[in-house]
Amino acid sequence: MGHDLNLTLRVWRQEGPNDRGRFETYKLDKISTDASFLEMMDVLNEGLIENGEEPVIFESDCREGICGTCNLMINGRAHGPQKGTATCQLHMREFSDGDEIVIEPWRAASFPIIRDLAVDRSPLDAIINAGGFISVSTGSAPDANLTPVPKAAADSAFDGAACIGCGACVAACPNSAAQLFTSAKVQHLNLLPQGQAERWQRTEAMVETMEQFFGSCTNHGECHEACPKEIPLDFIAWTNRDYLKSKRKNRKLAGQG
Amino acid sequence: MIGQLDSRLPKGWETNIADAWTNHKFDMKLVNPANKRKFDVIVVGTGLAGSSAAATLAELGYKVKAFTFHDSPRRAHSIAAQGGINGAKNYQNDGDSVYRLFYDTVKGGDYRSREANVHRLAEVSVDIIDQATAQGVPFARDYGGLLDNRSFGGAQVSRTFYARGQTGQQLLIGAYSALMRQVSLGTVELHTRTEMLDLVVHDGAARGIVCRDVISGEITSHSAHAVVLATGGYGNVYYLSTNAMMCNVTAAWRAHRKGALFANPCYTQIHPTCIPSSDEFQSKLTLMSESLRNDGRIWVPQQFSETRAAGDIPEGERDYYLERKYPAFGNLVPRDVASRNAKTVVDEGRGVGALQNGVYLDFADAIARDGKDTIAAKYGNLFDMYQRITGEDPYSQPMRIYPATHYTMGGLWVDYELQSNVPGLFVLGEANFSDHGANRLGASALMQGLADGYFVLPYTIGNYLADQLGDAPMDARDEAFVTSMTEVQQQTDWWLSIKGTKSVDYYHRELGKLVWDYIGMSRNQNGLEKAISEIPALKEEFHKNVRVLGSANTLNQSLEKAARVNDFFELAELKARDALHRQESAGGHFREEYQTPEGEAQRDDDNFKYVAAWEWAGDGTPQNLHKEELDFKYVKLTQRSYK
Repeated sequence: MGHDLNLTLRVWRQEGPNDRGRFETYKLDKISTDASFLEMMDVLNEGLIENGEEPVIFESDCREGICGTCNLMINGRAHGPQKGTATCQLHMREFSDGDEIVIEPWRAASFPIIRDLAVDRSPLDAIINAGGFISVSTGSAPDANLTPVPKAAADSAFDGAACIGCGACVAACPNSAAQLFTSAKVQHLNLLPQGQAERWQRTEAMVETMEQFFGSCTNHGECHEACPKEIPLDFIAWTNRDYLKSKRKNRKLAGQG
Repeated sequence: MIGQLDSRLPKGWETNIADAWTNHKFDMKLVNPANKRKFDVIVVGTGLAGSSAAATLAELGYKVKAFTFHDSPRRAHSIAAQGGINGAKNYQNDGDSVYRLFYDTVKGGDYRSREANVHRLAEVSVDIIDQATAQGVPFARDYGGLLDNRSFGGAQVSRTFYARGQTGQQLLIGAYSALMRQVSLGTVELHTRTEMLDLVVHDGAARGIVCRDVISGEITSHSAHAVVLATGGYGNVYYLSTNAMMCNVTAAWRAHRKGALFANPCYTQIHPTCIPSSDEFQSKLTLMSESLRNDGRIWVPQQFSETRAAGDIPEGERDYYLERKYPAFGNLVPRDVASRNAKTVVDEGRGVGALQNGVYLDFADAIARDGKDTIAAKYGNLFDMYQRITGEDPYSQPMRIYPATHYTMGGLWVDYELQSNVPGLFVLGEANFSDHGANRLGASALMQGLADGYFVLPYTIGNYLADQLGDAPMDARDEAFVTSMTEVQQQTDWWLSIKGTKSVDYYHRELGKLVWDYIGMSRNQNGLEKAISEIPALKEEFHKNVRVLGSANTLNQSLEKAARVNDFFELAELKARDALHRQESAGGHFREEYQTPEGEAQRDDDNFKYVAAWEWAGDGTPQNLHKEELDFKYVKLTQRSYK
């Protein structure tokens, strides 16, 4: 059984996208170390409501680390101090009695703040829109076992497919680059036989869409450190390679080459 | 007022079920490819069923508007499904077939589903695997590069396809990517952060929806030739469940209030292996995959109010109660049996953990026998998840688990073509009642959502739309829409005006406790009658004393939740009435008064072999019951026993 913590929270409050915003300080006592971080935020909010104050807006849904909705900067780290852990999976036993915890939204120009800790991450969907799919209309698929997929390729593709679309990579990057997100999705599909027909088109379209919204990658590697699924930086290297290959011989239009 | 329920079963299903769906597809009307673009279809919900339906309809040429209240279609709770998806491919050459999958599913549903629907589900299960693979879903492969399978849910064949412990995520990403392709082509108009708050029914048919933009608060109306709801299950009526925070019954419930029958709400599935609550502020319960029961042994101390740590309790003082009571099935008894037994031992005072609210799932013997590495390879990600949440190491001490609400077999009533009794309203996935009867088998929810969206609705919707060729959809500024928009705005504003003292979550938690206690794993007449009187009483208090701060024209999560919790109150009352009227035990509905001498569920096929479809009769008036009698021509009805 856990023990109780007394904490000081400094939380970013902002009424709307055009509001300047500010930090508010809240004291929170008797938080069990067995509680999750977001359950602690729920306790904060119940207390605020009891005092007649509007609760802090923060987003969450599955609270199991798979939907990618939750997105808090905790003491300056995307998703907080524990590696490979989404905000909702973080538990208060990672903190100590008397701690001050600074809680902020994802900070990136391409993720404007909606209210308090909630941000707009629609540019991530714009990247998927551009090519994050395999074009196969329902009913036209061949038998599933017709195309063997080498186990290693399936496993690597899975590692990319495991991206939950949370945007922590963007939030952690000093340049607000989205290379890890984009590469994970590109490689998920590019590594598979099913993805070969559109490999070059997909790579160019997704990379170029990404560059409309996000900063440039200068190999800091903060993205991988923050990623709740620990997606490897290799995917970025492979995507850079695919992009170059596509451009150099115009593979997108000329075929596989 | 609704007349006879017509499930519109396919011609000849009683004598030739294998060809029934194929023949029905030929019999249904088609919409010419060039005419499809003249039809507008609204799809609400973008999980497996919604995304697959929206994508497929758009591929066919229909003009689709898809709605989700999330920021992206990929946030739907289908993403969290762990175990796998069944497909009758028989790749493992172990005797699987479409017919066997059909039979297993009807039997697993405790003989309370429609045979014709379930056979179709088994037929298209193979097509789903092909479609998902073609989309790039990274199913597990063996070393030859072909798809791998595993056993699941007590079935005797290995028919489950999986992607590590994240099959739902990968299937949803496949369907979502298909949807986004259509969005990029301009065939789907995607509305995110938009919550449906009313169905518009006019001249006896569904004509559109009224929504609220959750960021700006703006109320909007959208009209179409047909409306498709794929909005998930109502497990959050219990407050604590494996559902996500935003999961709710609202879209389905508003349709119900506009005339759509709601069927079998008392059939809710409680999954035996979830992580127990750790404190009063527990916000949801986390599922630990059923596959763990293949290697873990379930036990509680013999002694009541035991205080020793698990490791200090000698073998002779442990009660491996499932092995003791059910020698033949042991720890692998079906979900409802395992759940009820866990509740019994905890209620009598032998629960484990600081709050004494769990039972042990112990891997010590498996680790001693197979080695830690083997166990880690099988269950590594689940053990990590458990450790993150509890801070305990399941490699060195037993896991603590307890049952939790997981899935809802009940939902809006639909006919064989997945159309509600309200013409033009189609319902897919967990939101409808149809294929799982009184109990859902493992690895079949993913199958049903995708079956409905990829391979059923795209055919059946044409049968409805063909008759409307030449008709424009209703004008979204028509009086029917305006009236609805005004009502929705008034209801929204009303929550803010109450200015009580307790939060929405407070009432949701209190409702959840009532529903769990009285309409949970084990129900009885006394408890259900109490529920029927206490739930409305709590709702009255909620209406008089809830505190919702802030305003309606901004992102206001408490305001959104107030309306959803209100719908849960109304559903909870119907659930209690449904459970009270069903005087038998079947699947997830266990009535203490109707059990075998061994304590198993006892069905009453003579009197209750029907679907209970409830019709809205107005605020404050209990719903009217309509019965759809079920006819079983293929599956032999037997009493389930696991000894």
